[in-house]
Amino acid sequence: MTRTVRYVVFGLGATGIGLLGVFAILKIPAFGASSHPYRDASIPAAVKHATSNVISSINFDQRGLDTLGEESIFLASVLVISVILRPAGHETERRELSEGRPLDSTVLGGLVFLPIVLIIGLDVITHGHLTPGGGFQGGVILGTGIHLLYVAGTYRMFEKVRPVRPFEWTEAIAAGAFACLGISGVLVGASFLANVVPQGVFGDLFSAGTVPLLNGVVGVEVASGVVVLISKFLEQALTVRSDSGNPQGNGHTSRETKTPDGQHP
Amino acid sequence: MSHYAYFVAGWLILIGAFGIMRSKNLIQSVVCLAVAQSGTYVLLLSIGYQWGGAPPLFGEPATKPNLHVVDPLVQAMTLTDIVVSATVTSMLLAIAIQIHKRHGTINPDELNAIRG
Amino acid sequence: MTAIIGVALTMVLLGGTAVVLTEKPARQAIMLSIYGVLLGILFLSLAAPDVALSQIGVGTAVVPLVVMLAVKRIETRT
Repeated sequence: MTRTVRYVVFGLGATGIGLLGVFAILKIPAFGASSHPYRDASIPAAVKHATSNVISSINFDQRGLDTLGEESIFLASVLVISVILRPAGHETERRELSEGRPLDSTVLGGLVFLPIVLIIGLDVITHGHLTPGGGFQGGVILGTGIHLLYVAGTYRMFEKVRPVRPFEWTEAIAAGAFACLGISGVLVGASFLANVVPQGVFGDLFSAGTVPLLNGVVGVEVASGVVVLISKFLEQALTVRSDSGNPQGNGHTSRETKTPDGQHP
Repeated sequence: MSHYAYFVAGWLILIGAFGIMRSKNLIQSVVCLAVAQSGTYVLLLSIGYQWGGAPPLFGEPATKPNLHVVDPLVQAMTLTDIVVSATVTSMLLAIAIQIHKRHGTINPDELNAIRG
Repeated sequence: MTAIIGVALTMVLLGGTAVVLTEKPARQAIMLSIYGVLLGILFLSLAAPDVALSQIGVGTAVVPLVVMLAVKRIETRT
C-alpha cells in the first residue's frame, strides 16, 4: 500500500468516525451534569469502611480484583522486557565506559533532593488511604527518585549501589503478597480480597482495613518494577555493544545509512 | 464547553492515529500511540466531572457524606488506564530495539520488504 | 472555573498536535514530557488529584526517559 493510498484510506475512515463522533457528542450526557449513579453508590460504601480517599477504596476494596489484574499486567510486562532486552549471542557487555564527570551543581542538586524524594515517595505510599496518592503513585516516585544517584554520579558507581537481582526478588514477592492478602480474606470466611482487617476510625493512619496494607505491597512492587525496567534500558543504551559491530541481519545486503531522525538521506 | 471537552478527546485519538499512520520510524509510532491513549483519559474524566464538584476525598467523618463531588469511579478507571499504557509503551520500545538489532532498520515501510 | 478548564483543554489540544507533528524522536520525547505536565494541569483542574499525580509521575518522568534511552540505543548503531 503506497503512501497516498494510505492517506486516502485514513481520510475516509477518519471522516466516517468523525461524523459518528459528532452524532455521539450531541447525545452524550452534558459535561458537568449532576447525575452520577456510580458516585452515589460508591461513596457511602467507602465511608462505611472508614476510607477517606474514595479512589483508593474503589481500587483496593470495592474493585480489588481489577487491581490484582493490573499489577499482574505490570509484572508480566517487566518480565517481558527483561527477557527481550538480554544481550544476544553476538553482543557483549562493554566494561570500559568513558564517562565525564557531572557538573558540581548537578551533583549538589541530586544529593540534596534524593532523601527528600525518597521520603515523599514513602509518605505518598503510606498515606494512600487518606490523601491523594497510593501505592502506584508512590512506587513510581520511589522508583524514579533512586535514579537521582545516576544523575549525580557515574553509571559504574550507580551500578554498585543498585544491584538488580534484589529488586527482581522484591517485585515478585510483593506481587505474591498481594494475592496472599486476598487469600487471607478467604481463610477468615469472607470472599477473596474482602476487607477483613478491623477498620478503625475514619481519618486515622490505621484505618480502612486492608487498604493501607495493599497500598504498601503495591508500592513496593511498582518501585522495584520501575527500577528493573529502567535498568534494562540503561544497560542497553550504555553498555551493551556488538562484538563484530554489525547487526545480525537476515540476508539482506543493502544497508542504508540513516540520518539521526530515521529518514532516508 | 460541554461539547468542547469531548471534541478534544476525540481529536487527540484521531491525531494519534494519524501520527501512527504517517510515521517513518517505529519510535515515533509508539509516542503517537501514547498521545492517542491520553485522549481516552480526557474522555473518561470529562464524563465524570460535575460543575462545582470537589475532589472525592473526605476530611472529617460524617454519617452522610457530602455527595457534591466528582465521580470517583472514572478516576479509578483512568488510573488503571495510565498504568497499563505506561507498561505497554515500554514493551513496545523494547520490541523496537530488538527489531533494530535483527533487521538494522526501524522504518516500517522497509520492514515489510525484508524476507527473513 | 470554566476559563481554567477551557484554557487547559486548548493547551492539551495544541500540545498533542505538536507531539504528533514533531519529526525527530529525541525531540518528541521532550515534547511528550511537556505534554505530560499539560495533561497533569488539565486533570488537576477537573478535580482529579490522584490521576494528575499518576500522570505526572508516569507520563513526564518514566515514559520520556525510556523513549530517550531507546533512541540512544538505536542511534549509536547507525
